[in-house]
Amino acid sequence: MDQQFCTILENRPLTDLVWQMKLAADTRSVTAPGQFVNLKLEGLYLRRPISICDWDDGSITLIYKVVGTGTEAMTALQAGQQIDTLVGLGNGYNLDKSGSAPLLIGGGVGVPPMYGLAKQLLAQGKDVTVILGFNTRDELFYEAEFRALGARVFVTTVDGSYGTKGFVTDVMKNLPYSYFYTCGPMPMFKAIEKTAVTSGQFSFEERMGCGFGACMGCTCKTKYGNKRICKDGPVLEREEIVW
Amino acid sequence: MVDTKVTLCGIGLDNPVIPASGTFGFGREFAELYDINCLGTFSFKGTTREPRFGNPTPRIAECPSGMLNAVGLQNPGVDHVIAEELPELRKIFHKPVMANVSGFSVAEYVEVCEKLDAQEGIGWLEVNVSCPNVHGGGMSFGTCPEAAAEVTRAVRAVTKKPIIIKLSPNVTDIVSIAKACQDAGADGVSLINTLLGMRINLRTRKPLLANTTGGYSGPAVFPVAVRMVWQVSKAVSIPVVGMGGVSTAEDVIEMMLAGATAVEVGAANLVDPYASKKIVEALPQAMGKYGIHSLNEIIGAAHKTN
Repeated sequence: MDQQFCTILENRPLTDLVWQMKLAADTRSVTAPGQFVNLKLEGLYLRRPISICDWDDGSITLIYKVVGTGTEAMTALQAGQQIDTLVGLGNGYNLDKSGSAPLLIGGGVGVPPMYGLAKQLLAQGKDVTVILGFNTRDELFYEAEFRALGARVFVTTVDGSYGTKGFVTDVMKNLPYSYFYTCGPMPMFKAIEKTAVTSGQFSFEERMGCGFGACMGCTCKTKYGNKRICKDGPVLEREEIVW
Repeated sequence: MVDTKVTLCGIGLDNPVIPASGTFGFGREFAELYDINCLGTFSFKGTTREPRFGNPTPRIAECPSGMLNAVGLQNPGVDHVIAEELPELRKIFHKPVMANVSGFSVAEYVEVCEKLDAQEGIGWLEVNVSCPNVHGGGMSFGTCPEAAAEVTRAVRAVTKKPIIIKLSPNVTDIVSIAKACQDAGADGVSLINTLLGMRINLRTRKPLLANTTGGYSGPAVFPVAVRMVWQVSKAVSIPVVGMGGVSTAEDVIEMMLAGATAVEVGAANLVDPYASKKIVEALPQAMGKYGIHSLNEIIGAAHKTN
C-alpha cells in the first residue's frame, strides 16, 4: 500500500448509476486483480473503498455505482483534479489456482474486478469464460470490453431484456470450468455456492473504517478464524467462508 | 532548537504523540509504512481475558467531521497477545508501549493487568473503563465513581507499573470519576473515550450500525475533549492524557494548554495512516510558530491565565 495524490484523467457515466474513473497513478503497489483503492473525498471524513477494474504502469481504472453520499460526491469530480488515494489495498485474487479454464462471474457492480482478472488470466493463456449478470439491459456495461480481451462472454438479465433471462447461475450450471472467481451481491454468492462444482474465490464487500487492517471495522468470521475484509480479504476462498 | 520531550507517570517520551488504542492495532500495519519509533509511544489494541470477535457488522458509519464505531473490543485475548503480538511488537517498536486493558468484571481487569505487568517492554497500563460498545463491561465501570475506583484499587494491588484509567465522556460529572480514580491509586487518567452516538439509514429506516449505537470520534469531538481535559486537569494532580479528535500538531498544543501531559491520536490514523507521524514531524514548526521552546512548559498553561 502507498499514499498518492492521483490526478483524475477521466470520470464519466457508463450507465444511469455506474461511472468510470481513470486515475494517473504509480501502480507498483498493485499486486493482484481484486485489490482496491481508498479515496479521500472533500467533505467526507472516512475514505471510500473502490475496487480496481484495471491498471497499467501509469494509471488505474475504477468503476463505481452511485449508491450513497460518497459515490455521489465522486461523480462531481472532474478530470485534472487531484485525489488523495491509498493504492493497492487488500489481497486480491489468487491466480495460481485457476486451472486451465476458469469461470469469472460478476454481478452488477461486482463486474469491474473481473476485468483485470480476465486480462491477467488470458495473458497466462487460460481459457477464460465470463458471466456478467445484471437486472436489466439498461444496467449493462463492459460486455464489449470483455469480448475485446478475447474472453468467452455470457450475459444474463433478471428481466430477460438482454442475453439469457435469469441469474448467473442459470448459465453457470451448464458450463464446464476448472475453477471460479466471483464478485457481486450476497444473494448471488449464495446461489453460486449452491451451484458451483469446483473450488473458487469470492470477493466480499463491507463498510470499512481504515481499509488497511488497523481498526477491525470490517471483520468477518471464517472457518480459519477472524479475517479483516480489508486486509486479509476482500477475496476469500470458498472452503473458508462461513455462510 | 525546540524540546518536545515530556514525562508521563515517570517515563520519558521523546514527544507527547501517542496513537490511541483501537486505531493502531499492535503497530504492525503502520510499521509497514513508516518507522513507528518516531512516536512517543502507542496504546495497543484493547485486550481482554478471552478472545473476542466483537460486534456484528456494519461496525462503522460516516458522521459529520468524524465517524461512529461499534467494533466491540475485538481482540485475540491476553494470552495470544502475550504469545504472538508482543514478540512481533518488540521487533518493530523499541520504546515502552502502553497496554490497553478492558474487562467485564473486576477480576478480569486484575487478571489481564497481572499478566501484562509481567511482560517486558510495557510501560503503562491504560485501563479502559469506558468502552461504549460492549454490554455489561467497559463503560459500566466508568460511569460511576465508586465502580471506577474499585477497578483502580484492584489493579493497583497487582502492578507497580503506572496505571492510567481511560475515562468515558458519557457521564454527568467526569471530574468526580477522575478524582475517584486518583484517590484509588491511579497514576494518570486518559480522556475522552468516544461519545455515544447513532445514525439511521433513511432508505431502510434502520440504524446504520448493527449494534444500533456506536462511539463518535474524529475532529467533531475535539472541543468536547478539550473542555473535559481542562475540567479534569484542574481538579486532579495526576497527569492527564488528552484525546478526542486530535488531528494536527496544533491540536496537540491546544490539548496540552488545556492540561494534557501527553496526547493520543485516534480516528485520524484511520483516515491517514501517516497522521501520527505527520503530527510528530509538524510539532517543532508549530511550537516555533507559537513561541514554545519546551512542550513541558505549556502543560496546563491555559489555566494560569484564567
